[in-house]
Amino acid sequence: MWIYEKKLQYPVRVGKCNPALAKYLIEQYGGADGELAAALRYLNQRYTLPNKVIGLLTDIGTEEFAHLEIIATMVYKLTKDATPEQLKEAGLGDHYANHGQGIFYHNASGVPWTAAYIAAKGDPIADLYEDIAAEEKARATYQNLINLSDDPDINDTLRFLREREIIHAQRFREAVELLKEDRDQKKVF
Amino acid sequence: MNTHHKTYNPYVSPFDPCPPIQVKTYSTPPHLYMGYQPPNLQQFTPSEALRAGTIWKAFYDPYYNTLEMAKEGIQT
Repeated sequence: MWIYEKKLQYPVRVGKCNPALAKYLIEQYGGADGELAAALRYLNQRYTLPNKVIGLLTDIGTEEFAHLEIIATMVYKLTKDATPEQLKEAGLGDHYANHGQGIFYHNASGVPWTAAYIAAKGDPIADLYEDIAAEEKARATYQNLINLSDDPDINDTLRFLREREIIHAQRFREAVELLKEDRDQKKVF
Repeated sequence: MNTHHKTYNPYVSPFDPCPPIQVKTYSTPPHLYMGYQPPNLQQFTPSEALRAGTIWKAFYDPYYNTLEMAKEGIQT
């Protein structure tokens, strides 16, 4: 069960109407290493992980949904008053043909999201290593997006999201260490 | 202390079509070196932490593009 708080985890400010940037940002919405893939991956894998790391996947999976709505808000604000003509210039003419002003789960190239992006092996180490890789790939994607963007307000939010990927990767790495640990050698702080 | 990005020099061919970039960089954030987080690390204040994306100063590694770095005089 979830409780929804009607506010964003980090504020979204947008400098100027820029549908071309929205096209790039959608990579983190419906792309292979995007927030939707991350949320669904963790919240699904957690059922077959050892008890002591299930809570971590619940927490991180939940936070990914908070990031998903941050990305959606950015895309919405960047495109909301764009004319079909402006969308066409930004390379979003084909998006508009199908979805109008709507937001959809696809990547920057318009490829729709697929469950083939995520995995569940039922093996704790294999799954956690996949999660670490996913966080590092998401971090790299945020770096690429910051490099592509000239909107300082958007970059501020993207930097926050990238920092969260770093923290998630750290916690997944710690989860692997927890599962590797021999009970009699456990280090107590 | 580890740097949070690394550089390398790719091979430059005399026949490269684009002007060569002599130094390539990639990001190596602090968590790669941490292992288990040690106890009693320094913390941001709660309001700073909400903006930074972490309460732990040791994990804070903001990423800027070259435009932003030039503007704010940030060293690479």
